Amino acid sequence: MTVALRTHNLIRRFGGLVATNDVSITLEQGARHALIGPNGAGKTTLINLLTGVIPPTSGRIELEGEDITNASRAHRVERGLVRTFQINQLFPNFTPLQSVCLAASRRLGLDRNLWRGIGSDKRVLDSAIDVLERFDLIDVMTSKVSALPYGKQRLLEIAVAIACGPRVLLLDEPAAGVPEGERGEIMAGLAQLPADVTVLLIEHDMDLVFRFASRISVLVQGGLLLEGSVDEVANDPRVKEVYLGEEAHG
Amino acid sequence: MSATKYDRAANIARAEAALHDVAKIKRAEIVFWLAALASVFFLQDQYLLLNEVAITGLFALSLDLILGYGGIVSLGHAAFFGVGCYAAGLLTKYGVQDPIIGLFIVAAITAALGFATSFLVLRGTDLTRIMVTLAVGVLLGELANRLPRLTGGADGMQGIDPGLLLGRFEFDIFGQVAYIYSLIVLFVLFVIARRFVFSPFGWSIRAVKENQLRTSAIGIPVTGRLVVVYTVAAAYAGVAGALLTQTTSFASLDVLAFHRSADLLLILIIGGTGYLYGGIIGALLFKIVQDAIATFTPEYWEFWIGLILVAFVLIGRERIIGAPMWIWRRLRGAA
Repeated sequence: MTVALRTHNLIRRFGGLVATNDVSITLEQGARHALIGPNGAGKTTLINLLTGVIPPTSGRIELEGEDITNASRAHRVERGLVRTFQINQLFPNFTPLQSVCLAASRRLGLDRNLWRGIGSDKRVLDSAIDVLERFDLIDVMTSKVSALPYGKQRLLEIAVAIACGPRVLLLDEPAAGVPEGERGEIMAGLAQLPADVTVLLIEHDMDLVFRFASRISVLVQGGLLLEGSVDEVANDPRVKEVYLGEEAHG
Repeated sequence: MSATKYDRAANIARAEAALHDVAKIKRAEIVFWLAALASVFFLQDQYLLLNEVAITGLFALSLDLILGYGGIVSLGHAAFFGVGCYAAGLLTKYGVQDPIIGLFIVAAITAALGFATSFLVLRGTDLTRIMVTLAVGVLLGELANRLPRLTGGADGMQGIDPGLLLGRFEFDIFGQVAYIYSLIVLFVLFVIARRFVFSPFGWSIRAVKENQLRTSAIGIPVTGRLVVVYTVAAAYAGVAGALLTQTTSFASLDVLAFHRSADLLLILIIGGTGYLYGGIIGALLFKIVQDAIATFTPEYWEFWIGLILVAFVLIGRERIIGAPMWIWRRLRGAA
């Protein structure tokens, strides 16, 4: 199997606090990998390290064989490492259509064009519509983003990332704040991702994790506690203790 | 939710139409520019004032690019305007008589200055940016004051004699050639700016203003984009300054003064940001009100301008613009 994303002994310290402690993780191409852990385990820090928001104190990050430890954020996205955010990071005064068109323009290298209209390229339109259809955003594609219901905004959060054409997609709690009944839409959208796209899912909703992921890594206090298949992790007594707690007995 | 339940072709057509619609030239825009054209024929006795409006409008348009689209608040935008003024004056005095060639050179000079200072300005957040832009403005103002041999110092730069426009038209004392010239430059630069803000690049700059974090997360280099828009805006401001020098044959320290930057922000507040016309409309209202008040109370006009602005900010632009519309609707409803 080809390795899509790999970290080698990744460490990040904030003063005396070790937020990421010697994390070595390997994602094979096409993996559906989940990262779980209690609050403050360092999940978001890890995403920030992977996407270049903050530099690691030590360690290395490889994307499809290329060392991207010191690469710019833009370069990582260009190489296909794309993330979503736990708290929606959208363009409130854009429409969903404009949002995904901008991302698609960027992917196709047209974002530096100063003269043509944004909708003048058929490839941009085609991939934008494709993403909007998949995430059921077609009906609201010309509404203002800030006027959309929260569930739709959550879908758009992922749709914008997909429009960037990810090879490796980092989903930071995609279902955060979404009511139980609307999670199906998000799952359905994720289920349609191309099989060769590698996904790292960070999520608190165990139901979603168990349904979506084939492998799970457990992060505790910045370090990896264990990695294994869904069954292994679900039945590991240490996991039950630190993470699932009493609720796991049900 | 399989993709097959959608009509792909119809959706693409709808999307294309929606994207096209935003950038479409509206009827009000055509009316606006026709009115500007009409002013050339019907407001002959107001050329000097209108020339000032066109220049200030261009200057405000340039601030709108960085404020309304890039989201950068600048209190020192007069730096580029002032450098444009003096550069145009020096060019005219020392060799380059042709006004239009002068404009191109000034644009290049101020663009370079904008590019160089952009890295200072873009480092910080809002408050730091305001302070840095303010500092750059004050610094240049003092520099002009301390270099009287170059700038004329507090006396202003004398003896600027711009050549014939296009080798044919002399700047007359009524300001006819001046106004037509300024208006055409404004129009051309406006059209370019309009095209620019609706391009993918323009959208990426709006995105920066909307959400920097997400913009960088979709792979768009935020700082790089702001550097470009800041540089372009500096060139626009420089051209506005050059127009002022060329059409009035004079440049003074006043062009670098702090109040120019502050007035400019007020003009944008009056006219509104982020739709390109705000600067021109704001400049028109500002200059007319300034002119009218100065006529009946030459000493205290600033007080009245201030009062109007306070009222404006307190009541809000939407409500002031909305009031006539509301009354109109009521009247029609009653009829």
